[in-house]
Amino acid sequence: MKDDAQADIEEAVRPLRERTWYRFTVVVAALLVFGGVKLPIERGLNEEYREAFFHGAKLNLGLRQQIGQLGFLAALGGFRAVVADGLWIEAHAEWTRTEWGKMLFIFNNVTALQPRNVMFWDMSAWHMAYNASAAAAQDMKVPRMALRLKHQHEYFLIGKDLLERGIANNPDRYKLYESLGNVDRDKLADHCSAAVAYGSAAKFADAPTYEKRFAAYELSYCPGHEREAYKELLRLYRLGEKEWLPTLMSRLKYLQETLNIPATERIKISDKELAPHH
Amino acid sequence: MEITPVKHVFFSPARIWAIATNTLLELVRLKVFYFLLIFALLLIGSSAFMIEFNFQEQFQLLKDVSLGAMSIFTWLLAVLATAILLPKDIEDRTLYTILAKPVPRFEYLIGKLLGVLLLLLISTLVMSALFVVALYGRQQMVISETIRTSAGTPPEQVQEMLRGIKASTFTFSLIPGIAMIYVKAALFASLTLFISTFASSTIFTIMVSVACYFIGHLQGIARDYWLGSATTGPLPRIFLALVALVFPDLQLFNLVDDIVAGNSIPMVLFAKTAALGGLYTCVYLLVAYFVFASKEL
Repeated sequence: MKDDAQADIEEAVRPLRERTWYRFTVVVAALLVFGGVKLPIERGLNEEYREAFFHGAKLNLGLRQQIGQLGFLAALGGFRAVVADGLWIEAHAEWTRTEWGKMLFIFNNVTALQPRNVMFWDMSAWHMAYNASAAAAQDMKVPRMALRLKHQHEYFLIGKDLLERGIANNPDRYKLYESLGNVDRDKLADHCSAAVAYGSAAKFADAPTYEKRFAAYELSYCPGHEREAYKELLRLYRLGEKEWLPTLMSRLKYLQETLNIPATERIKISDKELAPHH
Repeated sequence: MEITPVKHVFFSPARIWAIATNTLLELVRLKVFYFLLIFALLLIGSSAFMIEFNFQEQFQLLKDVSLGAMSIFTWLLAVLATAILLPKDIEDRTLYTILAKPVPRFEYLIGKLLGVLLLLLISTLVMSALFVVALYGRQQMVISETIRTSAGTPPEQVQEMLRGIKASTFTFSLIPGIAMIYVKAALFASLTLFISTFASSTIFTIMVSVACYFIGHLQGIARDYWLGSATTGPLPRIFLALVALVFPDLQLFNLVDDIVAGNSIPMVLFAKTAALGGLYTCVYLLVAYFVFASKEL
């Protein structure tokens, strides 16, 4: 009796079960077919985004260990910028404690999360090349001056490295080239590299007009490139009075003398037109 | 008096609109817009907290926090508001009243989804307006501070600084980013509606939808591994293929991070991505209809 009732129930439920399985199969098949259609579209779009410099963040296991599981999950879940900002605030707190090592560690994570954010690269490099280097030079816990200067130089190079990595991720923007030029000029006294960096910045349509001048100034300090620098400075000079700035006039006068330019070809530059340090 | 029978039309936008507006009204009565207060507090709080940073950092943080919050709130709203629709209608018996009338099930589903999409649209617009106001307020504060501290600076230099400040605040390139937040939320509303057609409970719908969110963000990685030669073994490949085929690539819709960082999106690319989002929304709606059409109620 009980078995009969059970069998009746089974009989009644069977079509329902079959219909459920049928629906399940059709839904899965439809999703798979649609998946096959959308897959090349998604791949194509991803390629186009990569070409437009989107989605360049490198979310790998190394980063996961450094920013923690929750941060990594948030970054994967589409909140990369917020996680990067949180870390940036943390770096700011470390700055107030002058913890330069921790700051660099955080900067590497921030820039890995937001490689297209020029400000993060620029500020990170500035902290290392200008602030951390100055602190290292004045660190009296290190008794030997030579060692302090070595540490200072290492921070210059860290700043430069951050800028070079930033440029590799943002080759379409002038700002980091300019900052690289500043570090090369002001910290490493590498005028040849500074000229190249300013020259690269000057090629961008939205770059300030001073980039061209800076490139020419730095080239004038680069041994073996005096003639090239003279031509460029002369070209700028001939653009009109707005270009006759004290540094330009000083460098032009210096090169005229160094290159022994004939007196008839020389531009007459009075002392009051020169930069004070000339 | 002779009563002329009204001819029943197979597809009626008016019926769909009636269901959509009712759905919106129901959701508004659930006081879902209260989350906007939290959003506003978040904006005010983050603005006040950022004073010790330079203006570029301030604007960067404000934009990231605001757009991140917009992204989270719209997604949560899409999932939660959609997950309760069908169970609530079944519990209140409204579903039976509606379907007892000559309302086809697909019209019912479209109406429900449209109601949620309207809710998401209103929320996105209000949050965008709050965001612009907060950004503008911050901009004015920074501008007045700059003018105050730059006494004696040549006017051209001051103008250059002010231009720099304005360029760091609201730019029109942010609009496609905000639009994509909405597209992603719409996709999720549709996906959640599909899940709720076969789910046994609201909790189940929400859990599955949240899982889809995280899997969707990893879909790109799964696809690259599946199509690349790095993975060996049939089982991992089948698993990766399933993830790549069944789930949407949600990373495609995360544009705000890069837009805030200064990237500008080509309009063609934006249109293609928005169209893909629309396609997903339609496909999930169709599949939801297929399940719902033969559902025993």
